[in-house]
Amino acid sequence: MTTYRFICIVCPLSCAIEVEVKDGKVLEVKGHTCPRGKEWAVQEVTNPRRVVMSVVPVEGGALPTVSVKTAEPVPKEKIPELMKFLAGIKVKAPVKIGDVVAEWEGIKIVATRGA
Amino acid sequence: MEPFPEIPMLGYDVVVIGGGPAGMAAAARAKELGLSVLLLDENDYLGGILPQCIHSGFGIHYFKEELTGPEFAARLAKRLVELGVEYRTAARVLEIRNYSDLEKVVIFTSPSGVYQVWAKAVIYAAGARERHAFEIGIVGDRVSGIYTAGEAQTLMDIYGVLPGKEVVIVGSGDVGLIMARRFALEGAKVKAVIELMPYPGGLARNVMILKDFNIPLYLSHKVVEVRGKGRVQRVKVVKVDENINEVPGSELWIEADTLVISAGLVPAVKKLKKIGVEIDPATGGPVVNDRLETTVPGIFVAGNSLVINDLVDYVAEQGELAAEGTKEFIDNGGIESRKWIKVEKGSNVRLVVPHYLSGERDVYLYLRVARPMEDVELRIPEIGKRLKLPVVKPAEMIRLKLKAEEIQKANKKLTVEVVKA
Repeated sequence: MTTYRFICIVCPLSCAIEVEVKDGKVLEVKGHTCPRGKEWAVQEVTNPRRVVMSVVPVEGGALPTVSVKTAEPVPKEKIPELMKFLAGIKVKAPVKIGDVVAEWEGIKIVATRGA
Repeated sequence: MEPFPEIPMLGYDVVVIGGGPAGMAAAARAKELGLSVLLLDENDYLGGILPQCIHSGFGIHYFKEELTGPEFAARLAKRLVELGVEYRTAARVLEIRNYSDLEKVVIFTSPSGVYQVWAKAVIYAAGARERHAFEIGIVGDRVSGIYTAGEAQTLMDIYGVLPGKEVVIVGSGDVGLIMARRFALEGAKVKAVIELMPYPGGLARNVMILKDFNIPLYLSHKVVEVRGKGRVQRVKVVKVDENINEVPGSELWIEADTLVISAGLVPAVKKLKKIGVEIDPATGGPVVNDRLETTVPGIFVAGNSLVINDLVDYVAEQGELAAEGTKEFIDNGGIESRKWIKVEKGSNVRLVVPHYLSGERDVYLYLRVARPMEDVELRIPEIGKRLKLPVVKPAEMIRLKLKAEEIQKANKKLTVEVVKA
């Protein structure tokens, strides 16, 4: 059995949560104060995900880059792969906030800054 | 002092200095209240530091939605444009002059020349500056590769340049932690985050970043020396005891090509000091009343120039409050109060703003504790106010609403204290 301890990042309350896992199964979750925290903690030990933000170069914009985010959280272990993909992208101005500038494994890459 | 007849003159009710979240919110609110407004910013674009803060976590209170920094800035900028607020970018303020209560002059340079703006009130929202290597006692070679966190962020997230490959970060506040993630995501090796205090400086959710990327955090340590030829090659780190004294024989060298300093912010108030604005040594910003007016009548302040905030939402809120102050000031020729109630710091309160309350209106007090504590009560004994808090940390600003009726119960002062429940 493994016990994972971490600080919940769902809201600023920052609960100290403990999750007990055996053979890939969650046995118990302790320390959370809300159901969202519990759900996040279970996901954190079984399939941790993060929304990823970065910048990509833009041609002809006011600034040399445009900031982007993934439209949904991506599995943590795939983040380096996603970053490699983003490093290869180039976009052309005009770009508006909310524009989908690329797609990676079905996940939309959305502009968060205009250019 | 006479005006300058040779410099073109502009006239407005209010001049807002700084186009970040505080300044933009202030300018928009002042315009909504029917005042003529000019917003000045020295950058080429509006938004202040927000366009480079590409991570999320902004706007939860102000827009009731979680946004990235550029998205937050864009919403405020859109509001300015829709309201028809006049603004100048690449406009650098040289001087503020205070001729009389309703006569201020702001002199600025811009690509189209030098101007003097006559205004009845000024909202100063120029933000803060970062503390640099020399301020935190780092000595050694004068090499390239030393950046403040904000400089590194500008290079990466505005210009798309990676400032270095092997990085040591000084300071575990939110900015340092977020830069640790940015460097790690972009493939740089973050060798260590060095924190002077025995606890991390940032929000717990940002401390999680270090775990995500297996970045070592050295608590009770400090960087004391940088060595290299041309470029940073290694930095010397020492352990400190509970009194922040260096522990002899505890030196260790970390090989790195880049040192990023994230050692806190200081309100940028030089121009305010020049016109005699009183500064609170605890905040580094001006002493203000509940309209965010400084001790020089008609000069208002908001955002990180007032106090270093941890949420942009509070910064924008302060901008609006200052704008409402200018409206009252211009309409009535001053901010009136039957009596001014002084806000004083009690046990475990490091700073609190505003400093004087009129009791004419509800206010938010913004305060920070001096040291972390659990199971505490925030108390104001003079009016019997009590608020239970599970945890308080110096890194997290506490915002407390007081109603006008509550404030009026006080005689001369209110003492804010954080004590064991």
